[in-house]
Amino acid sequence: MAKITFITRDQQAITLEASSGSVMELAVQNSVSGIDGDCGGVCSCATCHVHVAPKDVSKIGAPSEIEQDMLELDDNANEYSRLCCQMEISEELDGIVLNVAH
Amino acid sequence: MKPSDHLDPFQQARTEQGVSKIDDQNDPVNMVLRLKDVRKCAHNWKTYSSEATPGRIVVPSEVNIRDTRQIPFEVDPPKHSAFRELLDPWFKRPLQDKYRDKLRKQISTLIDDVNQQDSIEAIYNFSLLLQSRALTVLMNTPESEAETFISWGTHVFRSEDDPLDAAKAQQLYDYIDQKIDEAEANPSDDLFSTLLAAEVDGERLAREQIKGIIILTFAGGRDTVINMVTNTLAYLADHPESLQRLRDEPEIHTRAIEELIRYFSPLTHMGRVATEDAQVCEHAVKADSRISLCWASANRDETVFENPNEVVLDRKLNPHVAFGFGHHNCLGATHARTIMHILIEQLVSKVDHIDFINAEENIEQWGDSKRKVGYHKLHLTFNAR
Ligand code: HEM
Ligand code: HEM
Ligand code: FES
Repeated sequence: MAKITFITRDQQAITLEASSGSVMELAVQNSVSGIDGDCGGVCSCATCHVHVAPKDVSKIGAPSEIEQDMLELDDNANEYSRLCCQMEISEELDGIVLNVAH
Repeated sequence: MKPSDHLDPFQQARTEQGVSKIDDQNDPVNMVLRLKDVRKCAHNWKTYSSEATPGRIVVPSEVNIRDTRQIPFEVDPPKHSAFRELLDPWFKRPLQDKYRDKLRKQISTLIDDVNQQDSIEAIYNFSLLLQSRALTVLMNTPESEAETFISWGTHVFRSEDDPLDAAKAQQLYDYIDQKIDEAEANPSDDLFSTLLAAEVDGERLAREQIKGIIILTFAGGRDTVINMVTNTLAYLADHPESLQRLRDEPEIHTRAIEELIRYFSPLTHMGRVATEDAQVCEHAVKADSRISLCWASANRDETVFENPNEVVLDRKLNPHVAFGFGHHNCLGATHARTIMHILIEQLVSKVDHIDFINAEENIEQWGDSKRKVGYHKLHLTFNAR
C-alpha cells in the first residue's frame, strides 16, 4: 500500500491509499478537484498535472520526453511538474505529496 | 491495403518541409504538419489568433456564408476563458451516470435494431441516428427533436451541389431562433434556457452570442462524430479480431478509443490568422495570413508515434491532438469519448461480428494531398451474438 497526499488549489489536503494503478486514476476515482484525466491516461490531455513536493522528486523520477513535451507548453509548469497518469502506484511512492497544478 | 485503412497523405511534406501551402478561395493557408509545431502554434494564441473575421479560421473559409461569430471557437483569451468557464460544466455532464444511462439506452436500441436487418447503410441507418439522438442528451432537449436533426441529413451546411450553401445553413439558424424564442417564453432546463439565464463577466449573453454557441454545438459535433462512429464500424467490420479482443479485454477500452480517434482524426485541421510576421519551422508566415493546425498530420508524426500508421489498440503513450490542444481544445470531447465508450461496450456485448459489404470513400482534397476522412456510403451487415 502507498499513501499519497494531494493538495488542491484551495489548499485542501486529501490522503488516499492504493497499491496499483496510476496516480491519476486514484485521484479521479476519489474526485480530487483539478485532476480530470480526460484522456484516460495516455498522455494526451494534460488534465492530470501536479507539482511534486521537492522532497519527493527523487522518489518519482523525471518525466519521459513525450511527457516533458506536453508539460513544456503548460502555463503552470515548473521544474516539479509531472502528469500523474504517467506515475504508477507502488510501495516506493508511499508518503509522497502532490500539489494539483490547476 | 484493407478497405478500412486510412493512409497518411502528409508524410512526405511533413518530413521534408514541415508545412504545406494550399490555396483556398484566394486566401492561402500554410498547413502546419509536425506535432510539436502544431502544439506550439496552438499554444501561441497571441501570434496565431482565432479571433479573425468570423469564418476565416475555418478551411474552406466561411467568410462569405456567415457573419455570426462562433463562441468560444472564434474568441481569444482572456475573453475565451470566461466563456469556457460558463460552458465547461455543461459539457462535462457526460460523466454523470444519468447521462450515460440515457445514451446507453439509445445506443443499445439502435444496435438491436440494426442486428435485425439484412444489411444497412451505416451513415444514414446508424451514425446519423446515433449522433442526432445523442445530441438531444447533450442539449437536454426531448429526444423527439432528433427527428428534425436527422431530416437535415449529414451536412447541415452543405447541399449536394454546393459545398458552401448559405440557404441550407439558414434552416439551422431559423431553428435556433425558434428554440430561443420558445425558451424565452417557457424556460426549461435545456441548453437554450441555461444560456438565456447565464452571465459572463456579470453580463447576460446577447442573442447573437447564444446563437454563436449553439451553432457550434451543431457544427463541431456533427461530421466529426458521424465520421468517428462510421470509421469505427468499418474498422471493426474489417478487423473481427479487434472486436473479439475488445470483448476479451475491457480494460483496454479507454486506450483503444484514444487510439481510434488518433488514427481517424475526424477533424483534419483548423486555421488561425497570424497577428504579426512569424515563422513555423523556418518557413515565413506573413502578418494577416492564415496557417492551419493539421491535427491529422501531427497524429501520424513518426518522430513521436511508433508505427504511426497502425491501429495499436492498447497504445499506452498516445499524445495525440485529435481533439486539439491548449485553450481551444474540444468542448465536445467528453461527449464524443462517452459515445465511443458506450458504443464499444454495447457492440462487444450484442454483436458477434460485422460484415463489410462495400463502401464509397469520402476523400478530402488539400492542395495535392488527398485525405480519407470517412465514407459517403458504407454497407454493413450486423450479426447478433
Ligand atoms: C470525435 C469527435 C470530435 C473531434 C475529433 C473534434 C475535434 C475538435 C478539435 C480538433 C477542436 C480544436 C479546434 C481549434 O483548436 O481551433 C475542437 C474544438 C471544438 N469542438 Fe470538437 N470535436 C469533436 C466533437 C465535438 C462535439 C461532439 C462537439 C459539441 C457538441 C464539439 C464542439 C467543439 C467546440 C465548441 C470547439 C471549440 C472549443 C473552443 O474554441 O474553446 N466537438 N474540436
Ligand atoms: C457555423 C459553423 C460551421 C459551418 C457553417 C461549417 C460548414 C461546413 C461546411 C460547408 C462543410 C463542408 C465543406 C466541404 O465539404 O467542402 C463542413 C465540413 C466539415 N466541418 Fe464544418 N462548419 C462549421 C463549424 C465546424 C466546426 C466548429 C468543426 C469542428 C470543430 C467542423 C468540422 C467539420 C468537419 C470535420 C467537416 C468535414 C466533414 C466531411 O466532409 O465529412 N465544422 N463544415
Ligand atoms: S490523463 Fe490525460 S495526460 Fe494524464
